[in-house]
Amino acid sequence: MAGGICPVGVAVKRIMERLALAGSTLCFLAGSAFAVYSMGARTFRPSRASFWVVLAGFLLQTFFLSVRGEALGRCPLTNRFEVLVFLAWAMVLFYLLIGTAYRLSLLGLFTAPMALGIQGLALLVPGLDRLPQRVPAPNPWMEMHAALSVLAYGAFALAGVAGGMYLAQERQLKTHHLRSFFFGLPPIQDLAVANRRLVAVGFGLLTLGLLAGFAMGGWTAHWVKVAWSALVWLLYGGILVAVGGHRWGGRRVAWLSLWAIVAVLGTLWSLRFISNPAA
Amino acid sequence: MEILCLGLSHRTAPVELRERFAVSEGALPGAVQRLASTAGLGEAVIVSTCNRVELYVAAEESARGIRAAEAFVAAEFGVETAPDGAFFRLPTREALRHLFRVVSGLDSMVLGETEILGQVKKAYSSAQTAQATGRHLNKLFQRAFNVAKEVRTKTNITRGSVSVGSVAVELAEKIFGRLSECRVMILGAGEMSELTAGALKARGVRTIFVANRSYERAAALAESMGGRAVHFDRWQEEFDGVDILIGSTAAPHPVLTAAQLRPIMRSRMDRPLFCIDLAVPRDIEPGVNALEGVYLYDIDSLQAIAEHSMSIRRQDLQVCEQMIEKHVDEFQRWLGESRAWASGGLGAGKGPVAEGMGS
Repeated sequence: MAGGICPVGVAVKRIMERLALAGSTLCFLAGSAFAVYSMGARTFRPSRASFWVVLAGFLLQTFFLSVRGEALGRCPLTNRFEVLVFLAWAMVLFYLLIGTAYRLSLLGLFTAPMALGIQGLALLVPGLDRLPQRVPAPNPWMEMHAALSVLAYGAFALAGVAGGMYLAQERQLKTHHLRSFFFGLPPIQDLAVANRRLVAVGFGLLTLGLLAGFAMGGWTAHWVKVAWSALVWLLYGGILVAVGGHRWGGRRVAWLSLWAIVAVLGTLWSLRFISNPAA
Repeated sequence: MEILCLGLSHRTAPVELRERFAVSEGALPGAVQRLASTAGLGEAVIVSTCNRVELYVAAEESARGIRAAEAFVAAEFGVETAPDGAFFRLPTREALRHLFRVVSGLDSMVLGETEILGQVKKAYSSAQTAQATGRHLNKLFQRAFNVAKEVRTKTNITRGSVSVGSVAVELAEKIFGRLSECRVMILGAGEMSELTAGALKARGVRTIFVANRSYERAAALAESMGGRAVHFDRWQEEFDGVDILIGSTAAPHPVLTAAQLRPIMRSRMDRPLFCIDLAVPRDIEPGVNALEGVYLYDIDSLQAIAEHSMSIRRQDLQVCEQMIEKHVDEFQRWLGESRAWASGGLGAGKGPVAEGMGS
């Protein structure tokens, strides 16, 4: 790689990607501040500003990931730092795709703090971003497996966001205590639909990711990961089956998708995401 | 130039009096033309709604302007304005403030209602078409519309729903999103249920079922709403596809209980049910609110929400008044400057070309 030959070029690129990431984190910080302000103020006034802030954050994330990917010569999922950024990116991507229906709604306000949290963690925990000494030879199946899985977690994360909003909206409607920020929440039926669809999309992506993982071969060596992934797959599959049979209302799906993503993100941390023989 | 206002409103006069001075839409251009060409006046706008009749005029001198407007009222309606206290006569500063408050909905019966802005816009454009307005009133009304917009967007004065019907609509939209797919069932034809269903229909609800003890009454209401009448003892057969249930029967006991509803809800888990209970004694057992996907509101809770919105509006009244005061100051300054220009006091060369100076 050209970057490997010219150390100055590498340094410049490192600074550039850092700046992009810091910039995108600032965008999400602004989005979160706007969210806190809107909820603190007596009323919520839907604003396009929050959408544009999240979009700017997304573009900067994309820039970071592409620079990093170019430097690595592969999909940037080689350490926890990259996985976290990729996850935040995937979540925001789904917000932009699915949230267009609610572009002016609070979905963006809830997405921004979540992206801020994930990305802030990546930036603040020291020593996360160690570039591997030797970039492992890219295996297309492995890359596809990793990328699809993280995309799936992005969809699940946003499903959790929609679930949280559903629960907030439900509580207000049930108790008749309509706080002012009630004005900004999307209709509860739309939230239930978004919740279910995001779980379905995430489940599809996760299934494809797992299939790619099996195609990669050698999975018996990573049985912990395989078992964990199977559990996640079963968990979300179970939610989908219950939803499909009309056995569960939106409330239970919302709670489950919220707890599921908390559990998934919690345990994801303790797993080595990418099989890196060099590490 | 002075801006003056002579008028009466729901605050000063009962409807029996207001209606005597109302100017119909068709008569408005002629009346406003006559008012503008009354001796001593140059420009005029007449705002006539069911809550107010107000004459806005531009005159060289305050007392003479008011007298001219009064003379117009006497001639136009054949009634003296002086005897009772129904008419208010506002000099420039008060007139500006009054107009800004009116268009912002601060002087309306329902604080913050927005219909009045449209009515004033219509009145102004009618006066403009009749060539009754000039530089001062044009500028004033443009400014007033901007003030209304500013007040509306920067404060909570138009926020929330302040009537039972509109609260029900707002809640329905917070539950279902678009209402066009929703089916409404009315149990018990009454004035309240009719109003509420009417508000829902105005927002796109297409299917309405009406069930009433007296089938004739149900049929009549169903026809007026474009819905379908259902026999009262068979309403449960139609209930499966219903999204919004309005209860307003005179039944002494609940018509719908949680035990009845539980199995129905189980079969429609992913579709919420919005229950609006307008009846006293209540038609729907309060326990249904505990069922998943069921949102029950009785008349008290709807009224409480309406009152809460109203109190939010009232809290912002002060802020609105301050905004308006700022604009009153500004506009008065502009009036002063244009007066100075007109009299050649302030750098005559720079002033606007004399248009309609001195009537």
